[in-house]
Amino acid sequence: MSTVKTRRDVLGTNALRPDGAAKVKGEFSFSSDMWSDGMLWGATLRSPHPYARILRIDTSPALAIDGVRTVLTAEDVPGVLTYGLIDQDQPVFAVDYVRYMGEPVAAVAADHPETCRRALAAIVVEYEVLTPLTDPEMSLDDSVPAIHPNGNVFRHQRIVHGDTSVVGDVVVEGEYEIGMQDQAFLGLEAAMAIPDSDGAGVELHIATQWLHEDQKQIAACLGFPVERVRLVLGGVGGAFGAREDISLQVHSCLLALATRRPIKMQYSREESFFGHVHRHPARVQIRHHAKVDGTIVKIEARMLFDGGAYASTSSAVLINGITHIQGPYRCPSAVVDGFAVRTNNPPCGAMRGFGVVQACYAHESQMDRLAEACGLSHVEIRLRNAMRTGDTLITGQPVESVAPVERCIRETDALPLPPPLPETPNALELPGGTGLTSRRENIRRGIGWGVSIKRGLRRLQHGSMLARRWCRHFEVRHIGGGSRIRHTCTTDCTKCARHQRRRRRAHGHVYWLSRLDVCITPDLDERWCSGRCMPTRSRTSLRARGYDERHRCLASGDRR
Amino acid sequence: MSENQTYTLTINGLKREVKDSWIGESLLYVLRERLGLPGAKGACEQGECGSCTVMVDGAAVCSCLVLAASAVDSDIKTVEGLAPDGSLTDVQQSFIDNGAVQCGFCTPGLIVAIHNLLDSRPAPTDLEVREAISGNICRCTGYGRIFAAVQDVIEQRGATR
Repeated sequence: MSTVKTRRDVLGTNALRPDGAAKVKGEFSFSSDMWSDGMLWGATLRSPHPYARILRIDTSPALAIDGVRTVLTAEDVPGVLTYGLIDQDQPVFAVDYVRYMGEPVAAVAADHPETCRRALAAIVVEYEVLTPLTDPEMSLDDSVPAIHPNGNVFRHQRIVHGDTSVVGDVVVEGEYEIGMQDQAFLGLEAAMAIPDSDGAGVELHIATQWLHEDQKQIAACLGFPVERVRLVLGGVGGAFGAREDISLQVHSCLLALATRRPIKMQYSREESFFGHVHRHPARVQIRHHAKVDGTIVKIEARMLFDGGAYASTSSAVLINGITHIQGPYRCPSAVVDGFAVRTNNPPCGAMRGFGVVQACYAHESQMDRLAEACGLSHVEIRLRNAMRTGDTLITGQPVESVAPVERCIRETDALPLPPPLPETPNALELPGGTGLTSRRENIRRGIGWGVSIKRGLRRLQHGSMLARRWCRHFEVRHIGGGSRIRHTCTTDCTKCARHQRRRRRAHGHVYWLSRLDVCITPDLDERWCSGRCMPTRSRTSLRARGYDERHRCLASGDRR
Repeated sequence: MSENQTYTLTINGLKREVKDSWIGESLLYVLRERLGLPGAKGACEQGECGSCTVMVDGAAVCSCLVLAASAVDSDIKTVEGLAPDGSLTDVQQSFIDNGAVQCGFCTPGLIVAIHNLLDSRPAPTDLEVREAISGNICRCTGYGRIFAAVQDVIEQRGATR
């Protein structure tokens, strides 16, 4: 029996995964399942030190091993030496310095993974070990030497909203530390790089999250035009943010081009932890001001994100963190200072939540404390402050989309609690009961509340180098009580505000700005823009009225 | 490093020759890289995740911890050998029907582990199911759908007996 399904028949039916059959049979091809005639294996040598100067690298003992085809270092990178999603500050292979434990220093190609392992052990690297910068607070200290030419601060962003002189009748203050986490996807990093026969191009089979971003960076490092780097998405065994950044892409392509043979590279679990970005450890100091009845009147917060050795997407994670610190709650006034800094700790970047998790942990912990301070239940405090359509966010953005926070809370509260546990429950029945996530005596079990919000705010994220230098000390505020909001943009167009309004209707995105007072005067050579249209990535800039205002903001901007 | 070992393994009922290999290779490596059977996956190579689960003489083992050459006299069964002629077993079908597959990396190991459980224990209790798959990590699904898939199979098999 077959039915021709019209669009109307699809809603409400069970849609089966098209790749389900292949996956349950073990036939689905992940990037680690690839195999090519004549292929060699690649492997990476990594720094054992979190911060050191490289004095000397001697690859000859490795090259002398039978089966080893080539050993590459930074000297062998033909194009740009560094890559990165926002700032290209991360070396393909370490140049002069290693800045985190696990930073790639060299790569080998050999006939067998065991030969690779022996070759890596044979490479001699002489280091001058330096004292690592591991405390992110010290990264903000001007007297601490920069551990990278671009400095120790990735980004400082401040948000000022509403009447900042307001003081609550009830004030609850807290400091929250969020530790580093790892995405720990199961499908370990793996790639197959196949060089073109003329040596002027390469085909890379890779499990990644961003084919086009990978391609751009790989081509730049290889010194190839983009069209000579062809990427094929290999089966992805989970990612959760860890595959946003380059890991073994450039290394495998370089080895393939150097040996003129297909190269298979894959990471072990231990190497995987070194080889990709992690969730930012963060310190959130936060103060909630409320009326006696629990209504929030102001939030003050300072958020410090430890981005580790290289920029990755730290500046964007920071923006997500500070713009979500109010949580799904109304907040008429706010002062938020956010910092993303560089340390010699492992590089951090995207991980499910992308900055919002850190904010959420802080604001939900605070809501519980605020409830207790006001003599309210944990449910009541949240209902009282629940965000609604029509509210204004601390960024000045109006909430135009649905915002069923109150309904979510009420419906969750109405759900039955699980049955109480017996006196001596079987560990197998408890979540995480038999796992090794912690020592048994450290585990506390209970039932609590967490309400979160995640929205796509892309306006203060990516930017060109030029825009970013301008916006580093930039302050977002309502000017003169109106709805004019300024922030830097990625660059140069002339139709941005109008574009955005059309896009919002077309795509249903909630944009940063609903109205922008702009004025286009082509004779001024400095650009100032209202925002970047993410859907089209159109490069736009326009000049906003209040040019002096911008200079005032930048001049008064503060690094702390 | 010498790659001169030649031996024969019995896999999914067939004799398969492994030629010119290094003695230190794991069964997982040999299956995936020498014998064209990449169903078993390597996600830890420490016996922690269960992605590499195969059956050796009827026991579920982590193939990453088995020296391939030591398994010459054993009956090895991989995920590829569970269903005849490219069809799906009831366990595999139930995984698809219950939405228990997301990225799919843990899936082959789980399928083998569940078949291994049901081979020896056709009507396991909830706790016995949980214990049997406690050696398989999944980072995508949260295990709920996986558990539901197994329950469905147990019910269906019970009903048809």
